[in-house]
Amino acid sequence: MKTMFSTTALCTMTLFLGTAAMAQEITFVSQGGAYQEAQTKAILEPASELTGIAVRQDSSPDAWPQLRTQIETGKPIWDVIDTPTKDCIRGGEQGMIEPLDLSVMPSVAAMPAELRDEFSVAYEFYSSVLAYSTEAFGDGEAPQSWADFWDVEKFPGTRALRNHPLATLEAALMADGVAPADMYPLDVDRAFAKLEEIKPHITVWWTSGAQSAQLLADGEVDMTMAWNGRVSAVMDEGAPVDFTYNQGILQYTSLCVLKGAPNLADAMKFIEAAMSPEIQANFPEYIDYGPGNPAAYDTGKISPERAAELPNSPQNAPLQVLNSAAWWSSPEGEAAQERWASFVQQ
Amino acid sequence: MVRPRRPVPAADGPMTHTLTPEERRERRLILALLTPALAVVGVLLIAPLIWMGWQSFQGPDGFSLMHYQRFLTDSVYLSSFIQTFRIAFVVTLAALLIGYPIAYVAAKSEGIWPPIILGMVLVPFWTSVLVRAYAWLILLQRRGIVNSALQDLGLIDRPLLLVNNEFGTTMATLHILLPFMVLPLYAAMKKIPAELETAGASLGGNGWLVFRSIYLPLSLPGVIAGSVLVFVLTLGFYITPELLGGGRTFLVSMLVSRNIELYNEWGAASSISVVLLLVVFAIFRLASMLIPFERIMGTK
Repeated sequence: MKTMFSTTALCTMTLFLGTAAMAQEITFVSQGGAYQEAQTKAILEPASELTGIAVRQDSSPDAWPQLRTQIETGKPIWDVIDTPTKDCIRGGEQGMIEPLDLSVMPSVAAMPAELRDEFSVAYEFYSSVLAYSTEAFGDGEAPQSWADFWDVEKFPGTRALRNHPLATLEAALMADGVAPADMYPLDVDRAFAKLEEIKPHITVWWTSGAQSAQLLADGEVDMTMAWNGRVSAVMDEGAPVDFTYNQGILQYTSLCVLKGAPNLADAMKFIEAAMSPEIQANFPEYIDYGPGNPAAYDTGKISPERAAELPNSPQNAPLQVLNSAAWWSSPEGEAAQERWASFVQQ
Repeated sequence: MVRPRRPVPAADGPMTHTLTPEERRERRLILALLTPALAVVGVLLIAPLIWMGWQSFQGPDGFSLMHYQRFLTDSVYLSSFIQTFRIAFVVTLAALLIGYPIAYVAAKSEGIWPPIILGMVLVPFWTSVLVRAYAWLILLQRRGIVNSALQDLGLIDRPLLLVNNEFGTTMATLHILLPFMVLPLYAAMKKIPAELETAGASLGGNGWLVFRSIYLPLSLPGVIAGSVLVFVLTLGFYITPELLGGGRTFLVSMLVSRNIELYNEWGAASSISVVLLLVVFAIFRLASMLIPFERIMGTK
């Protein structure tokens, strides 16, 4: 009985190892939902076809705790993760992320240096924009900058901001007249001082992207900071809402590879394919996010009309500030986050 | 070898009473029957609690009080605890004021009325907390039913801020926890013999006097039980402040999740849970000094 069992186990194991060795496969992890579905069609399937590497998917709205746990066990099961850049940077600093092998990544190596670092590369773009109700503000009367958002005399109405300092501090500094080029390192004291001015006029500090869109669509607030994809989603449903990319805060998630990933070499190859301009250019077909690789705009696959709607297109990117994940994962950035809760509450 | 002691005639109370073999067997049987439940409690409750307590004393280099030091240095801790206790107090008081008459009417009425009244308390109780929280959002928001009704009636000019603040949070929490007040009250009131009131009245007491000196004191175990339940449950509430608090209602449960996000250490969150747990124990201790614990839990 015992022998039979071990023989069966052995056979199964051999079979399993056999298939694993034959087929190239990686595990790709993103944040789930409509976003992961869109990138499956836009990026993962074409990249898989191109490289012959099969993609097994997993999703995790917040990959960081899982990442830590997998590294602690010494046997990670994930290969590539799509996660806020901050996770890749601090993970890299703590020895949890593999450096990218640029020798097999010509597309990544050709990208602007500010969109990649030793451990990660910008994968897709979104923007924290100023959105407003078109019922509250007619044509030509809508707020178009953070200074307008702060001007409660000229633009009366209820307001919301995200219950998080990231992008909110940048908006406060722009309202206070800081030029995008001088943004980082952030003057945290100045930003909080400016936020104190608007605080009495903030009806809601929102916590989820869905909430920000709902507040605007239901007329609970007349203007808010929101992610561009969320705003355009409610606009498509016919909500009386609009937004401007002017002074938006451009943010991106990045791809990085777990330290000791089970399919390390294939993971690197796969990233190169996923980041190639041709495949990156598929992104806007499925979702209102911009390609991480700006070269995608030169492929001709993205129409000028579509480009005008995307956060990091050549015409919209210059209006905005590029968020610095490096600053936000620095000790100063973490101290600003620590300070946030007491600011909101008091 | 320990020899079984001889049975002593039982007369002088349970403390000195020696067990007969039958009683021993029965106790062993009870223990055996309890074992699965004890194992589940041990694995799913006691062990995680010990682990949580241990984690809360772990810093990057072993034993550390750093997570507890934040209680002194980070002003959010104190204000979160104050806000949480303030809301818990208001919710408990309001639940008592609303719940007591409901339970009273249910306990006093006859025929089909008690099940109807209790059913009206229980049906929302069976509805998802999330659904009810969103329902309150729809009712109370700026263009919600309450505000538009008040505006149409000409009672207000501009919409009131009823939600995305502490008021909205308190309202929804109260609604969700009301059954936890009504049911213990009803149970306590059902045990009050009706003859006592008749007797009080026959001795010349008017309605209010009879209620105040007979009914109210006898219903007190229900009051304490319901209040402790509602108070303690509010202390750990997460969904209603998160959805209806507008960001500035920042309760202890949200502090726990913020610390996970911010410090990426279980200890930073565990320390808050440990302190909250100790506070809850203290509340139970105080309550049991007023009313014995068995009566709070409704077993006696």
